[in-house]
Amino acid sequence: MAKHETPMLDQLESGPWPSFVSDIKQEIAHRKANPNNVELQIPAEVPEDILGVLELSFKHGRTHWKHGGIVGVFGYGGGVIGRYCDQPEMFPGVAHFHTIRVNQPAGKFYSTEFLRKLCDLWEFRGSGITNMHGSTGDIVFLGTHTKQLEEIFFELTHNLNQDLGGSGSNLRTPSDCIGQARCEYACYDTQALCHALTNEYQDELHRPAFPYKFKFKFDGCPNCCVASIARADMSFVGTWRDDIKIDQEAVKAYIGGEIAPNAGAHSGRDWGPFDIQKEVIGLCPTGCMWMEGDKLMIDNRECTRCMHCINVMPRALRIGDDRGLSILVGAKAPILDGAQMGSLLVPFIKAEDPYDEIKEVIEKVWDWWMEEGKNRERLGELIKRQGFQRLLEMTEIEPTPQHVKEPRSNPYIFWKEEEVEGGWQRDVNKFREDHKR
Amino acid sequence: MAFISSGYDPNEPMKNRITDIGPRHYEDFYPPVIAKNKGKWLYHEILEPGVLVHVAESGDEVYTVRVGGARLMSVTHIREICDIADKYCGGHVRWTTRNNIEFMVDSKDKVAPLKADLASRKFDGGSFKFPIGGTGAGITNIVHTQGWIHCHTPATDASGPVKACMDELFADFQSMRMPAQVRVSLACCLNMCGAVHCSDIAILGYHRKPPMLDHEYLDKMCEIPLAIAACPTAAIKPAKVEINGQKLNTVSINNSRCMFCGNCYTMCPALPLADKEGDGIVIMAGGKVSNRISAPKFSKVVVAFLPNEPPRWPSTTDTIKKIVEAYAAGANKYERLGEWAERIGWERFFERCDLPFTHHLIDDFRDPAYFTWRQTTQFKF
Repeated sequence: MAKHETPMLDQLESGPWPSFVSDIKQEIAHRKANPNNVELQIPAEVPEDILGVLELSFKHGRTHWKHGGIVGVFGYGGGVIGRYCDQPEMFPGVAHFHTIRVNQPAGKFYSTEFLRKLCDLWEFRGSGITNMHGSTGDIVFLGTHTKQLEEIFFELTHNLNQDLGGSGSNLRTPSDCIGQARCEYACYDTQALCHALTNEYQDELHRPAFPYKFKFKFDGCPNCCVASIARADMSFVGTWRDDIKIDQEAVKAYIGGEIAPNAGAHSGRDWGPFDIQKEVIGLCPTGCMWMEGDKLMIDNRECTRCMHCINVMPRALRIGDDRGLSILVGAKAPILDGAQMGSLLVPFIKAEDPYDEIKEVIEKVWDWWMEEGKNRERLGELIKRQGFQRLLEMTEIEPTPQHVKEPRSNPYIFWKEEEVEGGWQRDVNKFREDHKR
Repeated sequence: MAFISSGYDPNEPMKNRITDIGPRHYEDFYPPVIAKNKGKWLYHEILEPGVLVHVAESGDEVYTVRVGGARLMSVTHIREICDIADKYCGGHVRWTTRNNIEFMVDSKDKVAPLKADLASRKFDGGSFKFPIGGTGAGITNIVHTQGWIHCHTPATDASGPVKACMDELFADFQSMRMPAQVRVSLACCLNMCGAVHCSDIAILGYHRKPPMLDHEYLDKMCEIPLAIAACPTAAIKPAKVEINGQKLNTVSINNSRCMFCGNCYTMCPALPLADKEGDGIVIMAGGKVSNRISAPKFSKVVVAFLPNEPPRWPSTTDTIKKIVEAYAAGANKYERLGEWAERIGWERFFERCDLPFTHHLIDDFRDPAYFTWRQTTQFKF
């Protein structure tokens, strides 16, 4: 007999897609049976209360979770999200039910040994319910009682060599794409850079000292699989500045239909035979490709590295060898002044350990934002408020046409006094010698 | 249920404390074939929906079987994933940014038994535990936020609508008949703890009623200046009210200025705005994050409001199905949903998707609005 009736949630057990309701129910059964005699540190029925609260929300069309309070682990200002239920009598198991963000490994590869240890800890001291993973990238432990927070942190750091992630006005847990670990498009080692910067900036990650949240995300190429350009205050997108490498034999094989285009991504429909003119050359945004006989030619100087041709013919075309990354800044979701896409700040920078040049850019940006940013003002909003020029000035980066989509269409230039010959101090009486009042 | 100490001493919190050690090193977790060939991959191929092969310069191959997962996951389920990874994958597994799980093996003969095992596992309720798919020109897993399961500001649930949508889109998770990949995302409020604002199809929770004012508690629960500063449209100002003969500091809200962002509620719990009839879903379409062919784009609002309809959200899933089918029928190969809409024109988009156009869809929020109005005589009847 279930502790709470959940007729609406039960409906979500049907259908082919993995049902989170069925999964939580199997956790309920597991905790009740407790086959390994775990001395559960929070009540066994906690997952039942989670389903109960959710069913009530399905009925009411409103959440039953309250704002976080000030909970956390000693010395950190982030990593724990306080959460309280607004129906504690009905659902005592989740009356206080805080989330813990556990910093995921770069690339999200795991050994089962490590995952099992995480599971054992979370069954023992928490709800047994997780998010794999939260939107920012963390492993999310979904719900435990206040008294368990320090215990979990102690066990994570002492037994699992594992730290918490970020929350609040600090550096949020950085995340990356699979990168060179298993992708031929990756222009730099996203895991290495993600891990290095996460460790370099542990203080910024754990102790909120920023105006608001700040996100790093690492995409190995302009395909942007982790959406850095849309959601990271600072996004690091791999690129190259020499020539795309061409294997002309493989080009012929694509044209001859021996290799499926786009790595076989379109095999679910008959799109007709591959047409290199229509599908590659004709779709190139800069028109920098053509055929000479059966040879594919690329005017690499005109290429903007959009990845389309490489995506379509991965066995014939490969990224160049002079690799690095572009840094874009200021992306954010709509709260408050509307969504912003990342804007290009550094067109090209090498990504080589110990990444000193990259750190220099980061720290200059932070110095400016921490000095000038208002409470809860994202970097992108500060750039809008004070101007892109100010960002270039503060980061000591020379303006180039790469920084703009187009030059301004109004002439309202805020000239600086030192830019104008003779400065702004003039003698009106001397002026009047030539121009009578 | 006796309390068991981890070794932490609350009287001496700094004793033996370990801090700032960061995440585990990624190299601890690479499967051997990945560790050996990192940075030396030549090409990849999607052999069938959900199955990839990556070939390295060394001649080594890694076969990946990708399966969908609900991001809300129990430790029992994770342990089952571990059992599978131990049996077939040498004790290694990974997750993708879109909540899929990837099982990797180092030779082709290991793929079929792994696939058969994954496909055979079902929850007691009947749904698949590990549906194979989510690759190429199909519809992969939905990235989403927390929703009613654990968040304080949502205007809709997350796991519920995602389950309802993925049940409807399931065939396209397991096939690759789309013109290009279709990325669906859900955010349960416009804080958008995910990149839904740049998705082919975005499901967004939205409030439509201004906050209620809990005058009696407001000054006790909130910093009034912070609540006022939180409002992007300056709709909140300080006020005084008298309740039971007691003069109280509070705020007043100019309701006609409210655009229901909920930012004030984040700063001040005495300004709740959630409401059964007021809250629901906005559908946005045509965004992308890739730089492929055209620049990254924001998603555009194509349906201003759909009601919350637990447990299955039929209005939302029907609308998404309509958009997906119109796109699949009309777009060219490689063309993303937003590129298709721009090519045929947004007037045709609404026609093809059979969606009504209402005044809500015309931007009137600050300067960027102007750039979205039609400033040419080129349009289609």
